[in-house]
Amino acid sequence: MSMTPAILGDFGEGIEFLFSERESVSGGVQIGGPAEMADFCATHMLVSVAAVLIACALAIPLSLWLGHIGRGDFLATATSNVGRAVPSLALLAFFISFVGLGYVNVISVLVLLAIPPLITSTYVGMRQVDRDTVDAARGQGMTGFEIVRKVELPLALPTIFGGLRIAAVTVVATATIAPLANVQTLGEPILTPQTYGIVGQIGASILVASITLLIDFLFARLQRAVTPKGLKLAGDAPAKGPRFSLPTRRRLRST
Amino acid sequence: MTTNTADTSGPNANPTPAATLEFRHVQKVYPGSGQPAIQDLSLEICAGEICVLVGPSGCGKTTAMRMVNRMIDLSDGDILLDGRSVRDRAPAELRREIGYAIQQIGLFPHQTIAENITTVPKLLGWSKDRQRARVTELLELIGLDAEMASRYPAQLSGGQRQRVGVARALAADPPLMLMDEPFGAVDPIARARLQNEFLRLQAQLRKTIVFVTHDIDEAIKMGDKIAVLKTGGVLAQYATPAELLMYPADKFVEDFVGADRALKRLALQRVRDIDLWKAALVRVGEPVAQARAKLADADLPIAMLVDAENRPQGWLSDRAFTGERVTAEVRSPAEPVADLDDVLRDALSDLLSTETRYGAVLDARGAMAGVLSLEVIQHFLHAAPAEARSGAELVSE
Repeated sequence: MSMTPAILGDFGEGIEFLFSERESVSGGVQIGGPAEMADFCATHMLVSVAAVLIACALAIPLSLWLGHIGRGDFLATATSNVGRAVPSLALLAFFISFVGLGYVNVISVLVLLAIPPLITSTYVGMRQVDRDTVDAARGQGMTGFEIVRKVELPLALPTIFGGLRIAAVTVVATATIAPLANVQTLGEPILTPQTYGIVGQIGASILVASITLLIDFLFARLQRAVTPKGLKLAGDAPAKGPRFSLPTRRRLRST
Repeated sequence: MTTNTADTSGPNANPTPAATLEFRHVQKVYPGSGQPAIQDLSLEICAGEICVLVGPSGCGKTTAMRMVNRMIDLSDGDILLDGRSVRDRAPAELRREIGYAIQQIGLFPHQTIAENITTVPKLLGWSKDRQRARVTELLELIGLDAEMASRYPAQLSGGQRQRVGVARALAADPPLMLMDEPFGAVDPIARARLQNEFLRLQAQLRKTIVFVTHDIDEAIKMGDKIAVLKTGGVLAQYATPAELLMYPADKFVEDFVGADRALKRLALQRVRDIDLWKAALVRVGEPVAQARAKLADADLPIAMLVDAENRPQGWLSDRAFTGERVTAEVRSPAEPVADLDDVLRDALSDLLSTETRYGAVLDARGAMAGVLSLEVIQHFLHAAPAEARSGAELVSE
């Protein structure tokens, strides 16, 4: 007996798939339902969080340094262009021939995906700090490290978090292809219709989309939270993401 | 010289004495440029003086200033702070000892005013109490409400931000201050007020200050000494404002100080600084003979009617002298009047605008102290320079 109104059709069936087990299309095994979904979800989140953390560790310190010394315009633009040009599916296939199937492969692809927005946003965030503010900091006797820590980083933080938000959303959405390298994320029902059927595909897609939207929302809140109060008062549009950002809700501003 | 950074006895218990500064054959050539930005610049700045570096854009005045705290490194020559070469100092440590205020102010937008002001004290590791006390003290000094301490720069007006910029530069009581057009970013009225406030402050603090501006009027107003730089960083003249106006070293300086340099000199004097004319002071009822004798002795041909306290009542007409005793026949009111403490240029302006030849000058009690005339001023401008005042003295007196 269906819990959802029949009018929703396959869409409703898809939602129901998430909440109750059923027999697979090919028969013989039980699929769907909270237990299996929670499993997929956990794996999905594990690879995503690992990828974003590793990408942060690799990209942010480097770009902070490049942004501080003002060298690296080339790197910042090149990485974002390359990042957009290379399809993640191709990367996955490429890595299969090198590292084989499994977590290392998937996480590597996602890391490479997350790095460009992080590099660009961190670099841009550092460079857009008012040069006079930095000059004043230097003139007061701050060392390079103190300038980064006390002046440039706090002022770049909103932009960096803009990049982090893009990275997180992209990674979570793309982790769906992981089953191709034999890692069972939420992409599993989507990529194996012979077992899960159209209902499983729709159900998993709805779940991935919801999680992605939730993460986008959470990071947007986070981005506001890290915007220093003094900047909010200045009326700067807080945390303007770099130009490649996903279209986000913009607040209306006069002129 | 040691700055007592560990001192916790009070914010200003031990004010740092002003430092001397000496440029010794300083040269700066930027890499990739054939022309030096600064060429063989030598000058000495005494402790407690404001030295203004002035010149057209591209003359290297900002470069010269920034070499003092090693924001720009010297190519050749040396700069001595209290006799000690800045080359021997670690840049960050040196900069903490030198106040730094720039035109764009560069306040940290994410920090409160209090946090901005205590930038250097924090770097020097002052205790929280001492920092707090210093903020209170400085806000009072620059005339901002104590509640401003918790505001952010975005909530302040341009003039208030400029003041905070100066307060930040003063925070650790540095023996030397570098100021690059510190009042450049505000409107002329606010600028004049900030200049006056700063000169009043300087009269108390007596810091050694290197002050960069492109505005010769500001230079004359602020400087104890003025260094005029030509394009290419050549020192054209280093002199007091009065000397600069009286005896410009060459055509360049003459053009730079402007065609109105005589008027600018007047802005540096007070009425009391020049030899005023003596007027005949006559009271009603005084014998005419006695009044005529006074008139013969005076520097001008008309007499001033005064009351018992020598306060001017008006210029007497000839008819006042027709009888036995002087009558109150006044031909024109005693206007304009100037105070001994008025700036000469303002007094001249009054004189010109009221179409009179003579202006009564009063002392602090309102009694006649002398008479100012166009001839007196003309004579003064042709005479050897009297001891001219600096802007600081003019404002602080």
